Amino acid sequence: MQRIGVFVCHCGTNIAATVDVKAVAEALGHEAGVVISQDYQYMCSESGQNLVKNAIKEHKLTGVVVCSCSPRMHENTFRKAAASAGLNPYLVEIANIREQCSWIHKDIASATEKAIILGRAAIAKVHLNTPLTSMESPVVKRALVIGGGIAGIQTALDIAEAGFEVDIVEKEPTIGGKMAQIDKTFPTLDCAACILTPKMVEASQNEKITIHSFSEVSDVKGFVGNFTVTIKKKARYVDETKCTGCGLCTEKCPMKKVPNEFNMGLDNRRAVYIPFAQAVPKVATIDPNYCMMLKNGKCGVCSKVCSAGAIDYKQTDRFVEQKYGAIVVATGFNPIKLDKYDEFAYSYCPDVVTSLELERLMNAAGPNGGTLLRPSDKTHPHTIVFVQCVGSRCDDGKGKQYCSKICCMYTAKHAMLIREKYPDTEVYVFYIDVRTPGKNFDEFYRRAVEQYNVHYIKGMVGKVSPKADGKIDVQASDLLAGEQLHINADMVVLAAAIEPDKTARPLATMLTTQMDTNDFFTEAHPKLRPVESATAGIFLSGACQGPKDIPETVAQASAAAAKAIGLLCKNSITCNPCVAHSDELMCNGCSACEKVCPYGAITYQDKEFRMPNRTTAVRRVASVNPAVCQGCGACTVACPSGAMDLNGFSNSQIMAEVDAICK
Amino acid sequence: MQVNENFKPVIVAFCCNWCSYAGADLSGTNRLNYPANVKIIRVPCSCRVNPMFILRAFQKGADGVIICGCHPGDCHYTSGNYFTRRRITLLYSMLDFLGIERKRTRLEWVSAAEGAKFASVMEQFVSDVQKLGPNRRLEDLRCRKQ
Amino acid sequence: MQEAMIKRAVQLLADGTVNRVMGWKRGEFVYDITPAVFTTAEELEKDFVCDDFTQANLSKYLVKESRKEGKILAFLKPCDTYSFNQLVKEHRIIRENVYVIGIPGGPKLDIEKIKAKGITGILSVENENYTLKIETIYGTETMPFSEAVSGKCSGCKSKKHVAYDELIGDDGEVLDSNRFDMVAKLENMTSQERFDFWRGELSKCIRCNACRNVCPACTCENCVFDNPKSGIDQKAAADSFEEKMFHIIRAFHVAGRCTDCGECSRVCPQNIPLHLLNRKFIKDINELYGEYQAGADTTSRAPLNNYNADDCEPSVVHERGVE
Repeated sequence: MQRIGVFVCHCGTNIAATVDVKAVAEALGHEAGVVISQDYQYMCSESGQNLVKNAIKEHKLTGVVVCSCSPRMHENTFRKAAASAGLNPYLVEIANIREQCSWIHKDIASATEKAIILGRAAIAKVHLNTPLTSMESPVVKRALVIGGGIAGIQTALDIAEAGFEVDIVEKEPTIGGKMAQIDKTFPTLDCAACILTPKMVEASQNEKITIHSFSEVSDVKGFVGNFTVTIKKKARYVDETKCTGCGLCTEKCPMKKVPNEFNMGLDNRRAVYIPFAQAVPKVATIDPNYCMMLKNGKCGVCSKVCSAGAIDYKQTDRFVEQKYGAIVVATGFNPIKLDKYDEFAYSYCPDVVTSLELERLMNAAGPNGGTLLRPSDKTHPHTIVFVQCVGSRCDDGKGKQYCSKICCMYTAKHAMLIREKYPDTEVYVFYIDVRTPGKNFDEFYRRAVEQYNVHYIKGMVGKVSPKADGKIDVQASDLLAGEQLHINADMVVLAAAIEPDKTARPLATMLTTQMDTNDFFTEAHPKLRPVESATAGIFLSGACQGPKDIPETVAQASAAAAKAIGLLCKNSITCNPCVAHSDELMCNGCSACEKVCPYGAITYQDKEFRMPNRTTAVRRVASVNPAVCQGCGACTVACPSGAMDLNGFSNSQIMAEVDAICK
Repeated sequence: MQVNENFKPVIVAFCCNWCSYAGADLSGTNRLNYPANVKIIRVPCSCRVNPMFILRAFQKGADGVIICGCHPGDCHYTSGNYFTRRRITLLYSMLDFLGIERKRTRLEWVSAAEGAKFASVMEQFVSDVQKLGPNRRLEDLRCRKQ
Repeated sequence: MQEAMIKRAVQLLADGTVNRVMGWKRGEFVYDITPAVFTTAEELEKDFVCDDFTQANLSKYLVKESRKEGKILAFLKPCDTYSFNQLVKEHRIIRENVYVIGIPGGPKLDIEKIKAKGITGILSVENENYTLKIETIYGTETMPFSEAVSGKCSGCKSKKHVAYDELIGDDGEVLDSNRFDMVAKLENMTSQERFDFWRGELSKCIRCNACRNVCPACTCENCVFDNPKSGIDQKAAADSFEEKMFHIIRAFHVAGRCTDCGECSRVCPQNIPLHLLNRKFIKDINELYGEYQAGADTTSRAPLNNYNADDCEPSVVHERGVE
């Protein structure tokens, strides 16, 4: 038999002025199972709490109902009080008779009547409450960072700095990401390599950091604090432990005509290569698509010249399994493919380039050694046209609806650098809007216009047509002057929209994290939890979450690291006990619950059940991982058999409240 | 239609803990009046509301049922209210198909900041149900108060 | 057809591909057909039938049968294969344990429609060029085949088999049926008229549970209506609301999963058009969330376990049809 105590708070006059608290206490005292019903001036005060605690002990209460302010205010207060008096904290229910009663009603009679009904509903619910205990789940003190660009490197460094082991998984042969390809950075114009490469070295030398380059995540199991990840180390046909990075093989390899992806295909590399001089790890990789030895067994030059004996043509993909407490996603971005944009002649005119290609063309380590030359005839361009928003802010279905955010600034940077280095070059920028919010950003853009006389023209480029004389006719509209323009250009630079890396989508599936329709990872809360995913223990760093420049990326990377450190610091995590649970005897194993779970908390097992006549049957049944479940209850409604229920908000509890209200 | 002024409809409101319940609290904090007929049941998320609860309320004598959740896209659990939207749209459509007055059921998105909206939604809903009169079509007569 | 099926079934039993055969057999009367499991060639040759009355959807029985030792052969009509797929998708049928032979579908006959013509004492029913020749104890009667076609077949959605290991006869196409006409007609009534219509229909319900028991989407280990813990368990229809509650909840539980096989209405002893409830959900889902045919495949996500950020708001209910 239940022994329920009811405690009605006056809240000074906040409740007592419009609700006859004595009448409420009196009426609720007659409800079934209620053994004590009291009112008090301030139930949340120490003496009020003591009233509750003493009643729990004295009357051996099995449940407590406090009629007071919103549970959002003091549910925890009274739960703690109950716990200290030896009553399970989840046997406390709050009837909200202040915010949802006394404060909104003026008529004492109807407010009192409503308060009694709300009290009855809480009593009806508490009759069905069950003691709940929070589960503890241990935390593996190691983090995984997926992606080794500036975001991943920064996150890894920060986590390592806090004393935790970190692994970086990078799909390319070297870490560094997009930032390694960039020439100068806005708005300070310092060289990207000069600020990035020391960080890459720092990461490689930090004993807490392990870099898995040329590797991919192939499987993720587990949950917050306890992920098991399988990392696929792709065969690079070079023993990383032996290779000294001397680069001799990359000079002797006879296969010279391999498009160099690091230079955006603007020059060639060998079949065995190190992407760039400062690569980390500085280890050669053999490209099996071009290596003669791997393709038809004829060559072997690299193996002959390698004094370290590092070349291993027999190498195969290896799989490493490791446990992690936290995972940070830093998969970054890529410029979109421009094959749908025929009007810009990108696919057939070599002098129409993307901004990232221009970075390489201008980079001292790039194909031209830092001298800006036209890719077609290696002559110096005198007129350059920049086209903004190529594929950004598009509604036509060809491009992206969002603003890529970084293009306005890097174009101003490009324009300025070109005008600085080659003052005889005319630079035109066609834009929809110039968007330069950010510290020292607008000043930077204005310098391009005012000091460097870059011609900014509001309007879109309609057509880019290569001419027979090698020049390029750029047809555009000047919206402010209201006229059509033809510019006789030498080069055209397209600010291609950026999009999340293609590896992000399958990764999101493995991690059971959410993505938006553009394949950017969705943060747990757009304002208040910007670096956490909705899946506990998975954090977001850099452009995988949305377009970002370098300062923002680094800031977010450190923020993600801080969140991961906050998790790794704990020996165990306390789980919310108000989670879903499945009754195996009723479960059909139909997978409906799994489909609506935003956290991937539900898994299935084949279990043997006893059946009539001493037989057994194997059935597929759901089980909920209480460490992962956040208690939303979506599964409970998806479940047709009613096998799935939610602690603290069970079907019968809610139905009891409904009955009490409608009675 | 003759509106019975003395009729006090019983209204059950299911409110999600993170948005609408907080919005209801805010309308209280701001002392925004709405009819006392509305009784709120707190659920973690609007997606916790099982159609069985709604039917149960009608069976036990509720005259109107309203569900309030976070605005689409703002769900605390990221996707809960999207499922709510589909389920409840289909359920309400079915009730309408069976000839249950459509103004007895409602789903509204109320954020934690929309105390005023909460009050006005409730005001409106109660007035709509008031006009419809007591729920006769879906009530279980056995459970009626004598 | 029947001979070909028996022949193939006997072969598959003999070569060990399967150890049981799921089909139909006849009861007291020719039209009294019941699903049955056969284990030997002799049983098959003696009792197996497939004729104009073998309407029953065999898919649901495979939930239990596919969990038994050995593989079972099942003869599935096109409409049954949708139910089969849906159950495979929900992990209720173990696909590897079933050998599916697709057989041509209906139209099948509804004995009640023959009896409604005043024809009784029926001994046999023969279809001769779409005229039924009915032998009765009182003599021979005839009627057009079309007038006796089962309600479940008259709104046929598809002659295409969506799952099979082999076919007997040809595969057909998905049909452009007019199965939503009655739902649309109801939608265009006033709220009061709809209420009167459904009160009239549902008040006939005797809560025999036949609709639930035959429904291939209702395969729960323990139905909520039988579970005292669910808070809605009911054994009998004591009043008009409970009937509605039962049928609304049942329709909701199968929404997005119901393949529109029509078994619920076929078996209803009170002839309540229960399939209209399911079709209402199907029609709404198609109109609001895009065309969806449950059971058409085993991988797509059920519409109620899915969403789009720009789905319509529930106010759409208030904007459509007639109040």
